[in-house]
Amino acid sequence: MAVRRLHPDQPHGFSFTPENLAWAKETIAKYPVGKEASAIIPLMWRAQEQSGGWLPEPALRYVADMLGVAYIRAYEVATFYTMFQLAPVGTKAHVQVCGTTPCMLRGAEALIDVCKRRISEHPHELSEDGQFSWEEVECLGCCANAPMVQIWKDTYEDLTPEALEKILAAFARGAQPKAGSQIGRKTSAPEGAVTTLVDPALYDGSQIGAWRARFPELQDEGAAAGSQPADKSKG
Amino acid sequence: MPKQLIIDGKLIEVEDGITLLQACEQAGAEIPRFCYHERLSIAGNCRMCLVEVQGSPKPIASCAMGVNDLPPNRDNSPKVISTQSATVKKAREGVMEFLLINHPLDCPICDQGGECDLQDQAMAYGSGGSRFVENKRAVEDKYLGPLIKTSMNRCIHCTRCVRFMTEIAGVEELGAIGRGEDMEITTYLERGILSEMSANVNDLCPVGALTHRPWAHNARPWELRKTESIDVMDALGSAIRIDVRGREVMRILPRNNDAVNEEWISDKTRHVADGLRTQRLDQPYVRKDGRLVPATWTEALEAVAAKIKATSPDRMAAIAGPLAGAEEMFALKDLFARLGSTNVDAREDGAKLDPALGRASYLFNSTIEGIERADAILLIGTNPRLEAAVLNARIRKRWRQGGLAIGLVGEQTDLAYPYDYLGSGGQTLRELADGKHPFAAKLQGASTPLVIVGAGAIARADGRAVLAAAARIAAAATQGKDPSWNAFNVLHTAASRVAALDIGFVPAKPVTTGVDTFVAAAESGALDFLFLLGADDIDMSRLGKAFVVYQGSHGDAGAHRADVIFPAAAYAEKSATYVNTEGRAQMTARAAFPPGDAREDWTIIRALSPLVGHTLPYDSINVLRADLYKHAPVLAALDRVTPADAKAVAALADTKEAVKDEPFRSAVKDFYLTNPIARASAVMAEMSALKKAAGKAAGLAAAE
Repeated sequence: MAVRRLHPDQPHGFSFTPENLAWAKETIAKYPVGKEASAIIPLMWRAQEQSGGWLPEPALRYVADMLGVAYIRAYEVATFYTMFQLAPVGTKAHVQVCGTTPCMLRGAEALIDVCKRRISEHPHELSEDGQFSWEEVECLGCCANAPMVQIWKDTYEDLTPEALEKILAAFARGAQPKAGSQIGRKTSAPEGAVTTLVDPALYDGSQIGAWRARFPELQDEGAAAGSQPADKSKG
Repeated sequence: MPKQLIIDGKLIEVEDGITLLQACEQAGAEIPRFCYHERLSIAGNCRMCLVEVQGSPKPIASCAMGVNDLPPNRDNSPKVISTQSATVKKAREGVMEFLLINHPLDCPICDQGGECDLQDQAMAYGSGGSRFVENKRAVEDKYLGPLIKTSMNRCIHCTRCVRFMTEIAGVEELGAIGRGEDMEITTYLERGILSEMSANVNDLCPVGALTHRPWAHNARPWELRKTESIDVMDALGSAIRIDVRGREVMRILPRNNDAVNEEWISDKTRHVADGLRTQRLDQPYVRKDGRLVPATWTEALEAVAAKIKATSPDRMAAIAGPLAGAEEMFALKDLFARLGSTNVDAREDGAKLDPALGRASYLFNSTIEGIERADAILLIGTNPRLEAAVLNARIRKRWRQGGLAIGLVGEQTDLAYPYDYLGSGGQTLRELADGKHPFAAKLQGASTPLVIVGAGAIARADGRAVLAAAARIAAAATQGKDPSWNAFNVLHTAASRVAALDIGFVPAKPVTTGVDTFVAAAESGALDFLFLLGADDIDMSRLGKAFVVYQGSHGDAGAHRADVIFPAAAYAEKSATYVNTEGRAQMTARAAFPPGDAREDWTIIRALSPLVGHTLPYDSINVLRADLYKHAPVLAALDRVTPADAKAVAALADTKEAVKDEPFRSAVKDFYLTNPIARASAVMAEMSALKKAAGKAAGLAAAE
């Protein structure tokens, strides 16, 4: 992880849109009186969304003033959490490539190569047209569908370099590619056909009590003691 | 319920609620630590204080483990704790190795060298070599103002500085940005810290990351001669240590005194040290043909003696400034008395205090430690943050514990804690005194209320009425409560003031005469001879044709106006008694020698006395002190506070004068430039300029 600093070029000011302001007031009201500072992360997150995916410095001060906390405290929070982007991100897509072990084993490095080629040599750098940026992130919780990337709020899973190229091309056109698995899997269901747990006996009830058949000595006993649970379930 | 522990084989009983680290210390074990500090909150992030607790699978950070939180043994036998075992040593060595991984090996050029916690503890727990072959972390140095020099590569992220600024100083400017290995200590966008207490973070820093910029690379701690003394920059009398190399005062550090300053001092107290070297008066001067020319002591003393002999006693006066010690004021008063004059005054700002009413009428009766017991505080015409920064930190400490109502009548400023702003001037004070103001009810509902009157409020023309109003409020608030609690407090700004009032360095009629009348007399030609004992804050342009003698250490306003200058020792160069605002007599110690021909103050007055025909009967400071103690016995009780008779407060309350409506002003306008030594200091000048610029910037931002 690189040292995180505020970007040298900052806009002049920041203020919430009326809708966001109303939302912010509601959010602050969720916390007890005197504990308004607890709302700092949701508010900064909303400020980041409003600013096109990154958190400008005036927004830090705006949120800090709104909550009555010192600027340095807002600065601490913004630099601590890597989901707060401190530099401008691509206008069309900011690609967060998961590079944690499962994704890495399934080919995340090839995805990063695509990003380097198509977007920029280094993470957190804008592409030449300013429309794209990328970064490597830690596990986003889609290990079963590795490798994957997250763009804005959606995840794109089961990627190959070609699939990622297609997704990026779609974003470049302004289209919204289908989120989720890119190879037609339903959520994290097995690829192609189901290969495990296919025996109907697992769920049709025919196997209940079947284990008794393996223990001949239990056969008579079971008939004698009618109150045993195994017999109950048979009946 | 006391809890029993066996620490290093020793069975001890410890009180509830303390930490394991404190328990180990009580058992006599030495626990190494970096982040833990008893006056700050617990962070538990350096891991150096690991100890082994029986039944715990891993060593435990003792600073963050309360003795109550230790799981009990099955048979309820005392827990066995080891601070010396092989496991503990190995664990601490591991911590130390990690701390040193990114710590540069620059001790030879580091100012902390010789008094560095990391260096000291590496002697015990460090390994001889390093197993780390990767690159060390590099961190940009930060700008934290002109007092704090940073070398952030050395930082071990104990966050003591962050906790101090947030908790004690109440200025949330320092913080830790980033995370993990990339964590860095900084201010928001590297604005300098502008707190009156900021330089204390340099003392707290256990490594050389934050050091004192004004003293950078000047001296090594083992070259310095250390003298324990008392500060005179404000009326608190903070305990300090003066470090001297050769003849030069190199630095001033705080000493621990729980009753006064805990272990903090203000930036002025600390960094005024360079002012002791500049603008010094190092030889006598006599004005000839309108110009001050160097003279010998004999010439200067004879010139003054001739003038005194030619002047009738009622046409002479003496004024003592804020840094004068009790001894010299006593000698000067004695000399004037022998000459037949009672025209002496130390109330340079014109404070309407009258020692005849009794000692309680001019003391901080609740004592500084008493602030911690207060449950309601009324501040009248004072800005304690500027007038006594360390005392303000004490109020903040009390406020942080909760359940404290603070009201302020006077200038509305940032005091580092919230308060109810009651009003700006006399009208509010009258309402409070009449019990009509809602805050008066709060004071009356409090069991230990505190009324603090600032020096600015009692230096006004109606100062006596302000005092009376405050006394009435205090009396009403303590009616029917614990008689040992005296709620009436005067917060002085001049270190010399209480001692002066104790020895009676005031005119015969202190209510109607004083510095103001002396100056007016000089202007109108009714006064021929004026002796200024370090007094610089009177209007020198109004002294008319009076013959002015200035005795002091620095070339300031008084020396410029003087006809004869007696060069004298500064507070670091003499042993003198100062009584702080709560009435605690304390003695400074001579740490260095005065420069050139400058002499200790009392010896100059003694040398002058035979020339005017009234030889003072003391040839040594001890004889003088014996006389002084006979005159003012409270000064003999060094380092103690003798409670003053509270009847004086009742006597004070009894006056017919009414408080005028005009708003109260703090006695201190520029914190960094309150006395001649501070005004001679380049560091103080820089801080003052920065503060003004910051104020202007804030004003501009507000105007936007």
